[in-house]
Amino acid sequence: MVDTLPGTSSALPALIRFENIYKSFGSQVVLNGVSIAFTEGQTTVVLGPSGTGKSVLLKHIVGLLQPDAGQVYYRDERIDHLSDRDMSPIRKKIGFLFQLSALFDSMTVGDNVAFPLRTHSRLSKADIDDRVAERLAMVGMENSERKMPGELSGGQRKRVALARAIALNPELVLYDEPTTGLDPIRSDVINELILKLHEELKVSAIVVTHDLASAFKVGERMVILMGGGIIADGSADDLRSHRDPRVQQFITGRADEADLRALHRI
Amino acid sequence: MASIKTYDETLPSRPDYVARLGAWAINTNLAMGDMGVFFLSTLYGILRWPGRRTISETLAQMYEMGTKSIPVVMVAGGFIGAVLAVETLPQFREIGLASRVGSVIVISVVKQVGPILTAVMLAGRLGGAMTAELGTMRVTEQIDALRVMGADPIRTLVVPRVLACVIMAPILTLYSDAIGILGGWVVAVQVEGVRNYPFWHYAAQSTDLFTVNVGLVKAFFFGIVISTVACYKGFRCGNGAQGVGRACTEAFVTGFCLILLSNFILALGLNNLYNALYPNQPSVL
Ligand SMILES: Nc1ncnc2c1ncn2[C@@H]1O[C@H](COP(=O)(O)OP(=O)(O)OP(=O)(O)O)[C@@H](O)[C@H]1O
Ligand SMILES: [Mg+2]
Repeated sequence: MVDTLPGTSSALPALIRFENIYKSFGSQVVLNGVSIAFTEGQTTVVLGPSGTGKSVLLKHIVGLLQPDAGQVYYRDERIDHLSDRDMSPIRKKIGFLFQLSALFDSMTVGDNVAFPLRTHSRLSKADIDDRVAERLAMVGMENSERKMPGELSGGQRKRVALARAIALNPELVLYDEPTTGLDPIRSDVINELILKLHEELKVSAIVVTHDLASAFKVGERMVILMGGGIIADGSADDLRSHRDPRVQQFITGRADEADLRALHRI
Repeated sequence: MASIKTYDETLPSRPDYVARLGAWAINTNLAMGDMGVFFLSTLYGILRWPGRRTISETLAQMYEMGTKSIPVVMVAGGFIGAVLAVETLPQFREIGLASRVGSVIVISVVKQVGPILTAVMLAGRLGGAMTAELGTMRVTEQIDALRVMGADPIRTLVVPRVLACVIMAPILTLYSDAIGILGGWVVAVQVEGVRNYPFWHYAAQSTDLFTVNVGLVKAFFFGIVISTVACYKGFRCGNGAQGVGRACTEAFVTGFCLILLSNFILALGLNNLYNALYPNQPSVL
């Protein structure tokens, strides 16, 4: 750390640190010795093929999954073995946007967004209502407080879930595919929101996405997770000039020769 | 709430029946232990004073369960009571004791049919709905979302359901008892012409408070069994719509078997209790 130039992002302290994380489900190895530090105040984009363990990686940060081996640190506190109760103060500082939105079906949109405020803060009812309205407006869902999640489209649910994830002014937001299922204009609004949170509130962010346009727009640092490990890590330019053909193939979005052959057989 | 490990993966690929049997035994034991832990954490959630929100959620659940189950419980209870009268009356009449048919109807309804029937109805009607709801919440990551946002899923979801079911099961059993006796009365007195006064006289003579309480104590335990099994199966359900469906079936089958098992154990225990309390009377249990 000492030899990095002042002003470069790596001089900033690590907010989240993974050390040698192994995680398997049954006989399927998903994370195979992943070590990575996510810098405070930075937006890191995690790319990778479907089913490679990106969501699994995020769930380790909030303690929804525990590693088979290895350690997870939040600042300097080891968090991978904490109970729900001990984890609570850390979860309070993290906003999590679930890939499937995970809105509570039995509650209105307003109650969904208010939920973290009610469990984690001592705001008055009026303040909660104000905050809910404000956050819904930020994601373009104003005046939808009384709707039920079942009445919303997939993209609308995602935006409500995003409003819920940022309700508590978290210092770290984990976005699991924030723009999936949104039209290009909405996607860009979400990108702008991520940038705005980052620039104005200095929120740190980890963005898992398949949307390369979004990735290049919001990402200060790009990481590719593939085959249980991190195969590339650097700025957008680093990735574009990366020598590994898997990286090139991924960021240009070309189909694999083998996959194409399989298609031609049809 | 770590998921339980299964030992299927360690099995050799060729069918090795001894290993399979062993794996089955280990997995069954693990599952039982897991369910025990689940039950204990629910109990802990109840004993730690449930907050205002848990209580209002419990009341909402009680309303749900009560209003939706009373019709089905009453219909089932009424017909069973009627059938009891239809089947027993000819036997009693043959030995000239037709007027005593009230006692056998009341005893069977209050002690066995009422609680068991109510429990089975609840296991199908409520248990299925609970497992499906919680299972869907698990599959769509809503339970994970609760945890991330600092709410204990056991306290928020399981405690209100278990409490509501434990309170409602005896109440619904009382309804089922009442309508069951009424069903028997309709057949015996209104249809078959047994006289009204002796019917109620013998019915009252053969039941004491202990007998009614036996039914309610059973219903209390059935309420625990049904709701705990249903919530547990929902929380541990597999992925997708198929996982939810399978969890519902398993919840019903497991709940049903446990109802019958606990009925047997409770009958033994309560019988001994009766003999200890009233040593000079013949056991009527
Ligand atoms: N709770 C779980 N139980 C069993 N297997 C799991 C579980 N969670 C994830 N997996 C497996 O881990 C692998 C990685 O899953 P993950 O959801 O992290 O993929 P992903 O990289 O987020 O993919 P996508 O881009 O499609 O969302 C998958 O093969 C999945 O089957
Ligand atoms: Mg994912």
